[in-house]
Amino acid sequence: MAAEPETVVRLSAVTHRYGDVDAISKIDLNVPSGRMVSFIGPDGAGKSTLLGLISGVRKAQVGEIEVLGGDMRSSRHRNRVCRRIAYMPQGLGKNLYQEISVRDNLHFFGKLFGQDYRERDARITRLAGATGLSPFLDRPAGKLSGGMKQKLGLCCALIHDPDLLILDEPTTGVDPLSRRQFWTLIEELRGERPEMSVIFSTAYMDEAEQCDWIAAVDDGRILASGTLGELRAKTGRTDLEEVFVALQAGDGAPSAEKLVIPAFKDELGEPIIRARNLTCRFGDFTAVSDVSFDIAKGEIFGFLGSNGCGKTTTMRMLTGLLAPSDGVAEIYGHPVDANDLSTRRRVGFMSQAFSLYSELTVRQNLVLHARLYHLPTPDERAQALIAQFDLADHADQEAGDLPLGLRQRLSLAVAVVHDPQLLILDEPTSGVDPQARDAFWRILADLSRQQKVTIFVSTHFMNEAMRCDRISLMHAGHVLICDTPQNVLAASGEEELEKAFVSFIEKATGTKTEPEAQTAPEILSTKPPGRNPVRDSWRRILAWSNCETLALARDPVRVAFAFFGSLILLLIFSYGTSSDVTDLSFAVYDRDQTADSRDYLSNFQGSRYFIEKSPIHSAQEMDARLKAADITLALEIPEGFGRDVKTNGSWQVSAWIDGANTLRSATIESYVEQAHSTWASGLSSADALGNFSMLNRHRYNPTSESIYAMGPSVPAILLMLFLAILMAVSVTREKEIGTITNFYVTPTRRLEFLVGKQLPYIAIGLINFAVMTATVIFVFDVPLKGSGLALTIGALLYSIAALGFGLLVSTFTTNQVSAVFVAAVLALLPTIQFSGMLQPVSTLEGSARLMGSIWPTTYYMQMSVGAFTKGLSLSSMVPQLLVMAIFGPVFLFTTALFLKKQEA
Amino acid sequence: MEKLYNILWLGLKELQSLMKDTVMVIFIIFSFGFSIYSQATGTGETIHNAAIAIVDEDQSSLSRGITALFYPPYFKSAEAIDADAIDSAMDQGHYTFILVIPPDFERDIRSGRDASVQLNIDATAVQQASIGAAYIQNMVQTEVQRYAGGIPANRSLEQGLVLRRAFNPNGTQAWFRSVVALGDQLSLLTIVLTGAALLREREHGTLEHLMVMPLTAFEIAVAKVWANGLVIFVSFTLSMLIVVEGILDVPIAGSRLLLLCGTAIYLFAAAAIGIFLGTVARTMAQFALLMLLTVMPMMILSGGMTPVESQPDWLQYVTWFLPSRHYISFMQAIVYRGAGLSVIWNELLVMIVMGLVFLGASIRLFRKSVLVLK
Repeated sequence: MAAEPETVVRLSAVTHRYGDVDAISKIDLNVPSGRMVSFIGPDGAGKSTLLGLISGVRKAQVGEIEVLGGDMRSSRHRNRVCRRIAYMPQGLGKNLYQEISVRDNLHFFGKLFGQDYRERDARITRLAGATGLSPFLDRPAGKLSGGMKQKLGLCCALIHDPDLLILDEPTTGVDPLSRRQFWTLIEELRGERPEMSVIFSTAYMDEAEQCDWIAAVDDGRILASGTLGELRAKTGRTDLEEVFVALQAGDGAPSAEKLVIPAFKDELGEPIIRARNLTCRFGDFTAVSDVSFDIAKGEIFGFLGSNGCGKTTTMRMLTGLLAPSDGVAEIYGHPVDANDLSTRRRVGFMSQAFSLYSELTVRQNLVLHARLYHLPTPDERAQALIAQFDLADHADQEAGDLPLGLRQRLSLAVAVVHDPQLLILDEPTSGVDPQARDAFWRILADLSRQQKVTIFVSTHFMNEAMRCDRISLMHAGHVLICDTPQNVLAASGEEELEKAFVSFIEKATGTKTEPEAQTAPEILSTKPPGRNPVRDSWRRILAWSNCETLALARDPVRVAFAFFGSLILLLIFSYGTSSDVTDLSFAVYDRDQTADSRDYLSNFQGSRYFIEKSPIHSAQEMDARLKAADITLALEIPEGFGRDVKTNGSWQVSAWIDGANTLRSATIESYVEQAHSTWASGLSSADALGNFSMLNRHRYNPTSESIYAMGPSVPAILLMLFLAILMAVSVTREKEIGTITNFYVTPTRRLEFLVGKQLPYIAIGLINFAVMTATVIFVFDVPLKGSGLALTIGALLYSIAALGFGLLVSTFTTNQVSAVFVAAVLALLPTIQFSGMLQPVSTLEGSARLMGSIWPTTYYMQMSVGAFTKGLSLSSMVPQLLVMAIFGPVFLFTTALFLKKQEA
Repeated sequence: MEKLYNILWLGLKELQSLMKDTVMVIFIIFSFGFSIYSQATGTGETIHNAAIAIVDEDQSSLSRGITALFYPPYFKSAEAIDADAIDSAMDQGHYTFILVIPPDFERDIRSGRDASVQLNIDATAVQQASIGAAYIQNMVQTEVQRYAGGIPANRSLEQGLVLRRAFNPNGTQAWFRSVVALGDQLSLLTIVLTGAALLREREHGTLEHLMVMPLTAFEIAVAKVWANGLVIFVSFTLSMLIVVEGILDVPIAGSRLLLLCGTAIYLFAAAAIGIFLGTVARTMAQFALLMLLTVMPMMILSGGMTPVESQPDWLQYVTWFLPSRHYISFMQAIVYRGAGLSVIWNELLVMIVMGLVFLGASIRLFRKSVLVLK
């Protein structure tokens, strides 16, 4: 090439560390534009970090990163350039919303890039047509197979015609057929838009060999970069895998003597696994249909098939995780029984998704499993495995921080911790680099041939399949063929297993599965971005809202809980929290037994507050009965009471009150004093004085029933708690699942994201408010005397405030557990205790007073109680409305301040 | 024996995981420290700082005498307002009480006519209203009688009455509040911690991994119960010793050992409920809602806010099924009344049975729920 090609990405002296580990260090790299570029290298080399930095998802730490002609450290440039970049994170469908449909996912991304409905619809039709997703547009993304998910991810990434497409291991875990379709698709798109640069990382060397330009990454450094030809010339080798090994030079001569697995000798014993007519149905859908096979001791049995064909389901039936709908699975001659622990002890299992404790270190995970299998020396066993699986450099790292390949290695180490005689491995090498895979298979070969371990393994790698003694090809729940790899090749007439695989599936489905490319792709005008910033901004807000709403609608249980839950709690609390102290049990200890003493006591006996229990006969009895909570009040009348009343004024009565519950005891006290005073003043009013009386006007609540206070108060509590917790969980979920990436890499601004997330919950809040208000009015018969309009406005502002609090919580929490926990712990206290339901805020003290005063519930409760019982008008509620209007924005802006637009 | 070891190792793993979660640890400390303290001290005494205003249309020495009756800490000093300001002042919630003394009140009393004052009560503040009104009634009545010479100046109407509060002689709010707060935090934290820990394992697929190992659902569930229970138990004990007994100076009448035993039993019941919720819920959002539906009634209806006997009869039957009700009643019996095992054994028994029922139900649903998720 004559002219120096233009550069799309320029890195100089880029270093990135996690904790004290350098993920990449001092990288200089210029990536030419308009090319297909691949990053290859072992797991943990720093490929993902590099791609993250280039896409702007990760925050740059040290060094200069220039992408599409600007500095990625500048947020202005990132904001401008993100419309031209598309990023697809590692993991099947990692940035997709699993609950919502394929079409809704695509619309969501289109909206974020400011496309109107017509444009989106046209693009979706075209992209879906090209990828073969058209028939599945209404299926939830989570129900797609892995290959489909990746295609959908690609469509979502391509919806805004990016100039730079960044794909992090897009074909990891994808079957050969889908993989082939995936790259064909990209080829076609590049044909249409040759100016588009594609950068991707991969564990497949054949994919890298198809590239225009390759960067070899190892141990956080770039080993070499250039065209395949250049790299070959540099090392003098042809096979890319060997090229790479040669580039690693420091490690000495390539260790790769070809792995040869000794031939398998069947000992003709009982088969270890025997599956007979295994069938598994989920509702109408038959995942596995009539599958039978035998696997002999020491055999390596490969299980191949497209994504979603039933491999995993079959494996789950073999492990007893799933009961077959029909047929039998036998292991060691016994039917698989979920309760048979002794079988499980002889089986090692590795599931497709990483399922170890990510918060524990590598060593802790190994030791834990060694202990759970009751190995005599768990620590030594862990140490041996760490050495065997070459994990020593990472032994004390948390498993969650490991790159995918290392995690898989750890998973295998865990699966063999107890030297099982049977290993069931579900795609164990998915995402693992070629060398590590070789090492992995060396271990498997050793286990099988030396220790006679039977291995049942599923894989998408054809070279691995070739190493198996027998393979079985599965499609749509059926086993198409089950034989040795050589016989499978012979039966298909192909030379490579991958081609054989494709041809078998095509034969089974009766069609050519080449994606029908749209014949005349419409040329869509790409509107200059930001032409109407306000409209685009609203479109993005609504995109997030719509996405959240659809996800909510897919979870009817959550919605039902949100409504019925609050209704049930409203009923229980309103009836249950009462400060009407009635039916107090009391007993008398009358040591006088005169007419006067009986007259005095009659004051109590007739009261509706008191219920008399059998009289007390001794001081000890009084003590005992108070202690046993048999009575809450004991009245003791001393001997000579009657005499004293008549002769002098120095008579005395003692009342013993159960003081355990201070609130109740205060009430009892006041009842006792009242009854006593009435009797005492009856004595003294013998004088010719005017009778004094006090007229109590119980305002707003003439009968002084708790329900009038509780009915309007409880909704304030429920709205706060439900909304705050739901909101916190919703945002934190994006972080935990990984969909937050969409916020990082799209033009979405912080406030747009937050407001968009809030909107559906505001609606839930208002509907909840309406339901609860109706309940208070019609079920509790508490009339709404004041302004309903004011109360509704209040409920709106209050909902926004409660959601704002939930958002704020979500900025500090990284997983949903702590989101629930923190939101509940922080909100419950001020909401229930300090908001004025139990005691007016003015009577609180210290921190409680402070919390009560700066908590929105306090003001809404005043409004609600005021509107219901005091008949307040809109104008008299203005102060509360104003205060509440402040909370929402304050929470929102504080959250925006803390919310990061990039990963660390 | 192997079972026991499994439970031990799984539980230790649980502790390791928890210790890594700084946010959780901070909030557990917050809940059992600051939270208890502020709940216990923040609410003041039953009648405290009550806002009162007086409309004095009499302007006599008696009416002035009545005005002077109100002073802190029970009441704020009475403010004088005009009769036409009553409605708006009450609407805005400035005062809980407004006492109206009519013209010629003093003269009427003196001349032997019947006279009355009017007390306006903001009855939406139910608790304060009823207790406060009774206070005011007594204070005014005594003042009037004394003024009229009905009783000697050195003697009040209540004088013939000796009130003794058993178990809490001064009626200190903090005694009662701190114990209730402890119970509430126990319910909340235990349920959230165990339930969420289980659900998280399910969402991350680690539970599935455990299910293919030689472990039973029973071992997995019990490990979670003991480990999370232990964390809360230690926090509880420290909070009891340092915050409640130490800082708040609340005496514990009964046996501390018995109190801790009962607490352990309650923790078991609450943790079993947490496990149950974690088994039933499919997503964390569902769990959060279920948790609210469970924990809030446990806190509000336990008898810590409203005494159980003041609840409507039908509700009392419902609350009987809340373990927190039994625990609060157990706690009060031990802490205040110094009751022994003979008095509270039935509460303990009920809690044990509830824990077993929930644990049993969870284990039954366990395997199914692991798979439902996928």
